[in-house]
Amino acid sequence: MATFKDFRNSIKPNWCPGCGDFSVQAAIQRAAANVGLEPDDLAVVSGIGCSGRISGYIKSYGFHGIHGRSLPIAQGVKMANRDLTVIASGGDGDGFAIGMGHTVHAIRRNIDITYIVMDNQIYGLTKGQTSPRSDVGFKTKSTPEGSVESAIGVMELALTAGATFVAQSFSTDLKELTSIIEAGINHKGFSLINVFSPCVTYNKVNTYDWFKEHLVSLSTIEGYDSSNRMMAMQTLMENKGLVKGIIYQDKVKPSYQDLAHGYSKEALAKVDLNLPEEKFNQLMSEFM
Amino acid sequence: MIDQLSWKVGGQQGEGIDSTGEIFAMALNRQGYYLYSYRHFSSRIKGGHTNNKIRVSTSETRSISDDLDILIAFDQETIDVNVHELRDGGVVIGDSKFNPTVPEDLNVRLYSVPFTEIASELGTSLMKNMVAIGATSAVLGLPVESYLEVVEEIFARKGAKVVEKNMEAIQKGADRFNELSGGQIDGFQLNKADGKKRMFMIGNDAIALGFVAGGVRFMSAYPITPASEIMEYLIKKLPEFGGTVIQTEDEIAACTMAIGANYAGVRTITSSAGPGLSLMMEALGLSGMTEVPLVVVDTQRGGPSTGLPTKQEQSDLMAMIYGTHGEIPKVVMAPSTVEEAFYDAVEALNIAEEYQIPVILLTDLQLSLGKQSVEPLDYSRVEIRRGKLDPKEELPETDDKDGYFKRYEVTEDGISPRVIPGMKNGIHHVTGVEHDETGKPSEVAANRQKQMDKRLRKLQNLRFNVPVVKQAPHKEADILLVGFNSTRGVIEEAIPRLEADGLKVNHAHIRLIHPFPADEMRSMIDKAKNVIVVENNATGQLANILKMNVGQHEKVKNLLKYDGNPFLPSEVVMKCKELV
Repeated sequence: MATFKDFRNSIKPNWCPGCGDFSVQAAIQRAAANVGLEPDDLAVVSGIGCSGRISGYIKSYGFHGIHGRSLPIAQGVKMANRDLTVIASGGDGDGFAIGMGHTVHAIRRNIDITYIVMDNQIYGLTKGQTSPRSDVGFKTKSTPEGSVESAIGVMELALTAGATFVAQSFSTDLKELTSIIEAGINHKGFSLINVFSPCVTYNKVNTYDWFKEHLVSLSTIEGYDSSNRMMAMQTLMENKGLVKGIIYQDKVKPSYQDLAHGYSKEALAKVDLNLPEEKFNQLMSEFM
Repeated sequence: MIDQLSWKVGGQQGEGIDSTGEIFAMALNRQGYYLYSYRHFSSRIKGGHTNNKIRVSTSETRSISDDLDILIAFDQETIDVNVHELRDGGVVIGDSKFNPTVPEDLNVRLYSVPFTEIASELGTSLMKNMVAIGATSAVLGLPVESYLEVVEEIFARKGAKVVEKNMEAIQKGADRFNELSGGQIDGFQLNKADGKKRMFMIGNDAIALGFVAGGVRFMSAYPITPASEIMEYLIKKLPEFGGTVIQTEDEIAACTMAIGANYAGVRTITSSAGPGLSLMMEALGLSGMTEVPLVVVDTQRGGPSTGLPTKQEQSDLMAMIYGTHGEIPKVVMAPSTVEEAFYDAVEALNIAEEYQIPVILLTDLQLSLGKQSVEPLDYSRVEIRRGKLDPKEELPETDDKDGYFKRYEVTEDGISPRVIPGMKNGIHHVTGVEHDETGKPSEVAANRQKQMDKRLRKLQNLRFNVPVVKQAPHKEADILLVGFNSTRGVIEEAIPRLEADGLKVNHAHIRLIHPFPADEMRSMIDKAKNVIVVENNATGQLANILKMNVGQHEKVKNLLKYDGNPFLPSEVVMKCKELV
């Protein structure tokens, strides 16, 4: 059985020292081992940006795609081979700006993949521009007088889009983050995990200390029920989205693969491609 | 007795114009006539003039005709718009409901038949189409029973009574026409057809059938005219084989999802038209860079922007050859008949996998949507070739320090061994960033050059069956006619007329647009005094590609049409004479 070390390779990430993404990488490696995966059972698909490099830093099948499109690529991988565990990952710009259309539709489609967003509320790789997760008033290179656009409440949005698994975590809580990723992988459907992963170079507002001060752990809220969507929404709104833990999970709804009419139980990548002649003649006769 | 005629039915969109044409054509197809149809329609669901022109012939035909023999009109607008197309002595049959009239200066025969009234008497005005079909049969001298089989199939689910009523409507339409005309009118009776069984299908059907036969088991696509039929067919058929179709949120998702699924080992396609292809351009580059096989169908329609969404055009050529930033190996193939569209769909899948590249299967609206008679397809020609991929292969451990597989190994033919996720010892990285042999990002200059050369080398030895369809009887021709996609039929029809006028004409129809078959075309051009490139666009894109690859600029002349309609044979004949 593989351990988290089997999911490591020798590549040194090009992230800045202190970047939150290191912990996310470690958590994915640990979670993969903990749920009993072998490296060749896992495909990590990522987008573009600092965090998008993660697919190259985990020893597994990895696909570093184009900006904003990790989700459609990852969904294609899963549809082709339902035996694989598929993790999509990227930054908040990738998932909530250029790729937001795909995020909403991946949520409502509910294909069984896990989407991990490394949310630092800034564009790091392009050297410090505003992100759709930046707060109003946040000063960046592209918003020198402070952002005037509202930040997207992605967890709330996910709930209204029909999400079956919504969680949020913080990159320093390696243990909690690992267990949330495990729960996401084990969830039968689309799981969205937003991880606050501070950018130590360009975001001097939403720092590690800032999150420690502001994040509310759901485990501290008495009677919190993650199967209650209404409660999830209310709690998010009361805390301006700054909560951590599994916010909502629907354990009943079947995944897309289980609902798709006629879709093979055997991995499509393994089915015979040849069409028998008799069948071909029948298809032709339908046009006669 | 005649060997071919043209029939047109017109009315308001949503009034059953298509199904009228369909029933008429299917019945004749069953008798062994060759059919070729052209639909004039607009981008709206109901309302607006629409018509369906169908050519019936005792021999193979792949073009609409210059004129019209019979016009069936459900409203006066149909007559006003189309009456000038009728030949001298042609017939108009209009619904007496709208008191049809024809211009007095035209020599056409008008018959006012109470389509709606007869149908209503039988129970529902919906059957007015059947009455019109009955009137048509009377003109052609076809027995009403010819329709029985088709009517039974269409209305079987609704019960014997409905079948009976519809047949009665056809009979009454025929009877009423005969009463009005006083018996058979001359000049409309078709010679008997050969009675052979053929399919009646559109190009999109053939492409979709080719994909099913060629092993496609997943499709991700976004609806668009004139491509949607491919998706609709696969939605119906793939579940029988365990496959499925996802209608994505946009064409970017359609294309990238297809890339993800191909990467993971399933033959996956997407199809669209110009606007969708524009959105897919970045993804095409990803496919080229990551060497993930991909087949995309582009059903060309009128551009630019939303352009003429339901009209014929061939103006995506340059975009398909050069589209995407940077430089990738890509194949653009352009079938010229419905049969070729089927075989090319299968071959596109093979080429994409063998060379690990994106392949554009280019059609145009008239090829994609023009419904026609098609000879049965040859199952023995369908083969599945996956190149350097064997999903069942047991891979040895690699000597890479991280245990990574050399997915981008530099090889002599440029094609690297391919593995798919899930295979033991196959782990590698895939990225749109320049990368080394195991797929790890690398900006090292020497590596960059090696990988770029490797990718581009793949097409140096592209094997492609019949890149140019040649009909070249003359060693020295006055004219070489060049075209691609659906213009083949109209060119073939123009040639005998030009030859009758003493011109020697050769014909080259280009099926492999990129990489361009320069050698084959050069030898054809050398044998001709004039090269006339027939294409449905305004800037002569194929002519420019020809000049760029072959030279001989002084010989090359443009014959262009970009008003949204396909060429008529007479237009090609007339303009060729002007040009030489």
